[in-house]
Parts: sequence; structure tokens; C-alpha cells
Amino acid sequence: MLDVAHHVLAASSSPQQFIINFGAVAYGLAAIGPGIGIGLIFGHGVEAMARQPEARGLIQSNMYIGFALTEALALIGIVVPFIFHAAG
Amino acid sequence: MAGDVAALAAVKCTEINSHVFSSTHCGYPAPGYGQGSNTYEFIPFFRIGGFAFTKPMLLTLVAMVVVVWFFWAAFAKPKLVPRGVQNIGELGITFVRDQILRPMMGKRGDGYLPFLVALFFFIWVMNLMEIIPVAQFPPMSQIAFPAALMLMVYGTYTYLGIKHQGLGGYFRNMIPKDVPVGILVILAPVEILQYVLVRPFTLAVRLFANMFAGHLLLLIFTLATWYLLSLSVGLLFSATSFILTIVITAFEMLIQALQAFIFTILTAQYIGGSLEAGH
Repeated sequence: MLDVAHHVLAASSSPQQFIINFGAVAYGLAAIGPGIGIGLIFGHGVEAMARQPEARGLIQSNMYIGFALTEALALIGIVVPFIFHAAG
Repeated sequence: MAGDVAALAAVKCTEINSHVFSSTHCGYPAPGYGQGSNTYEFIPFFRIGGFAFTKPMLLTLVAMVVVVWFFWAAFAKPKLVPRGVQNIGELGITFVRDQILRPMMGKRGDGYLPFLVALFFFIWVMNLMEIIPVAQFPPMSQIAFPAALMLMVYGTYTYLGIKHQGLGGYFRNMIPKDVPVGILVILAPVEILQYVLVRPFTLAVRLFANMFAGHLLLLIFTLATWYLLSLSVGLLFSATSFILTIVITAFEMLIQALQAFIFTILTAQYIGGSLEAGH
């Protein structure tokens, strides 16, 4: 982790540039969790639909509620670099 | 070395001669926001006072005209046995009804079919602008366009929620029942925040972020095809970029339809949730 910060700092010409560059790294980290989460939701959703095709509507609507909630984290992550950009 | 730098400084880098592997070593800044190149801002076609008319606005108008024209052609004179364009139109409407509206809202929500059909096809055509030659810009990659759609959806489901459940009931139904008080203290703010802030925010930003990233991805590989082109090892990189441009164009076609689908299905979900009390 510190190693990444070191490389980003070396590649940046100014502290402000560092914050902008590090924002991209931060988003990469922020996308790991939601990525796993969305995979779990749709994986289990499809599995449940395969087991009980008649419950498709109910499973699908709950799947999309969970998907929207999980992806919210990744979407908040995409905004954070812009906030730091404005502050930096 | 100093002579090389001086010689390089004498070469004027233009869009035509910028090949990274050629003797001029000319390269352009990467596409994106700021730092020499701004991909998402356009020179206005014309101005009326403080209002500047730019390419994304033109594309939005074109998308609107295309959708209106298509459904007008399909359903202006509907026949019992559909022919030609009406077939495709009915296919589209049946898709939205059976895949989006019915699973999310049931038969009760059939009154919202026109809204959802319009939303789905408008977003899809807007997104398709990303890969249509000459247009080649998704207007949804500017946050204002999805935000406007989001305000429409947000207003609709808040209004319907208050209308069907009452002002107090609407907020009371956001909070799950039969929860211990200790957990409720944490859960209630999170749930209320989800309705009034997280839902509209994610609805707009999801569409924006996907189209923004997709356009950037396409642009990076398209530009790399040109910048890396020269009679050296760069030819290999250039060819790879060219193949990836085509692969990613196909991938983006999937994403465009998927984002229109997800936006519409979540809209149906939120409106359906407002029509009945509780989760």
C-alpha cells in the first residue's frame, strides 16, 4: 500500500497532482468490495431462479434492490476523487 | 542530448504528425478532464445570451426526434394484425411490459407503461449516440442529463408515495417494522437517507459513470491506434489497440442497452414501492 503511494508520489509533479493521481488508485481500491458484492448478488440470484423458476419475479426484484445498494458504494467511490480534487 | 532536445523543440506537434514512436516523438495528452485536453467540453455552436448550444444538446434533440418518430410511425395508424414498423414497436413495448414492469409492479402498474417505455427507449437511443458515426458522444456522460431524468423519477416516486401512503405514512413505511429500539436508532437514519439521498444519487451517477467511462475507454484505444502507429514495434501496439477498439465497441453496445434496462427497472422498482406500503 505504502509502496503504491510512493510510486504515485514519484510520478506526480506537485502535491495537487499527487492527490489527483492517487484518486484513481483509491477508486480502484473502492471498487473491489462492490465488485465482489455484485458478483455474489447476481450469482446467488441466478442460482435461486434456477432452483425455483416460479419465484423469478420476487427474486429478481429483491436482486435489483440489493444490486442498487451495493453499487452505491462504488458510485460514491467515483465521486470522492472529484471532491478531493476540488479541495486540494 | 541537449541538441536532441533543441531539435525536438523545433518540431511542432500537431494531430497529424503525433506518432509516439516516430522520430518527432510527438504525443498528445491522454483524453479526459483537464491537463491539456478536455474531452467532455464542447465549443458551442451558437449562443443565446448566457445559453450555449453544444453538441450534446443537439444529440439529445436528435434522440428525442428519433424516438418520437419511431413510435409515431409504428402506432399512428395501428392495425389489428401488425405489419412492418408496428411489429418492432410492439416487440419493444411488450419487452418493457413483460421484463421490466410486470415483475416489478405487477398488473397494478400498467398505467406507468408509457412512462417506462419512453424512458427506456430515450436512454437507449441517447446511449447509442456513443457509437453512431459522426455523433460519437454519449450525452449521458455529462452529469446534467442523467440528473434531469433522475429528478423526474425522484419527483414521481416521492409524489406517488405521499399520495398513496400519506405524508406521515410515507416516512413511517421507510423504516422496517418489528426491529429492536437499539438497532432502530442506527437503522432509521440509514433507511430514510436511502430513500431521500442514496436512491436518486445512485440512479443518476450509475448512468453517468458508465457512459463516461465507456466513452473514455473507446477514445483511449481509438487515439492509441493513431499515436502508436509507425514502422517500428509501435505497429504491433497500434494493431492491438485497433482490435481492442472494435471489441470494446461491441462491449459498449451491451453496456448501453444494459444501463437503459437497469435505469428503467429501478424506476419501476421505486414507483412500485411507493404504490404500496412497506417493503
